[in-house]
Amino acid sequence: MLDVVINIVYFMLSVALLFGFIRLIKGPSLPDRVVSLELIASIVVGYVGVHAIDTGVPSLLDVAIVIALTAFLTAVGFARFLERGGPKSE
Amino acid sequence: MSELIVAILLLTGASFMILASVGILRLPDLPTRMHASTKAGAMGAMMTMAGVAVYFADVVVFTRAFAIVIFILITAPIAAHVIGRAGYFLGTPLWEGTVKDELKDNYDDKTHKLYSGFEPAPESVIPPKHEKRSEDDED
Repeated sequence: MLDVVINIVYFMLSVALLFGFIRLIKGPSLPDRVVSLELIASIVVGYVGVHAIDTGVPSLLDVAIVIALTAFLTAVGFARFLERGGPKSE
Repeated sequence: MSELIVAILLLTGASFMILASVGILRLPDLPTRMHASTKAGAMGAMMTMAGVAVYFADVVVFTRAFAIVIFILITAPIAAHVIGRAGYFLGTPLWEGTVKDELKDNYDDKTHKLYSGFEPAPESVIPPKHEKRSEDDED
C-alpha cells in the first residue's frame, strides 16, 4: 500500500513543483520570484523526505537539513540585497 | 498500522504543498502569495518529516526529523517577514482590491523606520491625521 501512496505523493509534489516553477518564470517582480524559490525549496525538502522513505536510507535527511538551511540563507541574502537598493519598480 | 499513519501523513503533507503552490500561482499580489506559500509550505514539509519519523521509528532519525521541523518552524516566518519588508520598500504594486495600507503613512522610505504616528516624527514622514469626530456627524 505504501508504494502506491509514495507514487501518488511523488506525483502531487511534482505538480506543486510545476506550479511554483510557473510562478518563478512569470513572477512580475523579483520578490515574487524569491517567494516562489522559497516554496520550491520547501517542496524539495518534502521530496527528499519521501525519497528517504522510498529507498529506506535515513541519511538522506541530512540533505533535507542542508537544503532548508540554504533556502533560508538565500531568502535573507536576497532580501538584504533588495533593501540595499535593488531595482526599483515604481 | 504504522504504514497507514505514514501514508496519511505523507498524503496530507503533499496536499498542503499542492495547496501552497496553487496559492502562489493564483493569488494576485506579493503579500497574499507569501501568505499562501510560507504557511502551507512549512506545514507540508513538517507533515512529511513527521511521516519520515514515524516510518523509521528510530531515535536518531526522529531527532533529525525533529530538528528539521524546528528549523523550518523558526526560519519560515523570518524569511517571509524579510522578503515582505523588502518587497514593500521596492514598491511592488498591491492588489487593486486592497482596502487599507496601514504602513503607507508611517514608514520612512529613506531610513526604513516605522513610526507609530504618536511620537514626534521627522519631516520625511507625514503622520496620519487622527481626526476628532466633529459635530458634522451629529448634524
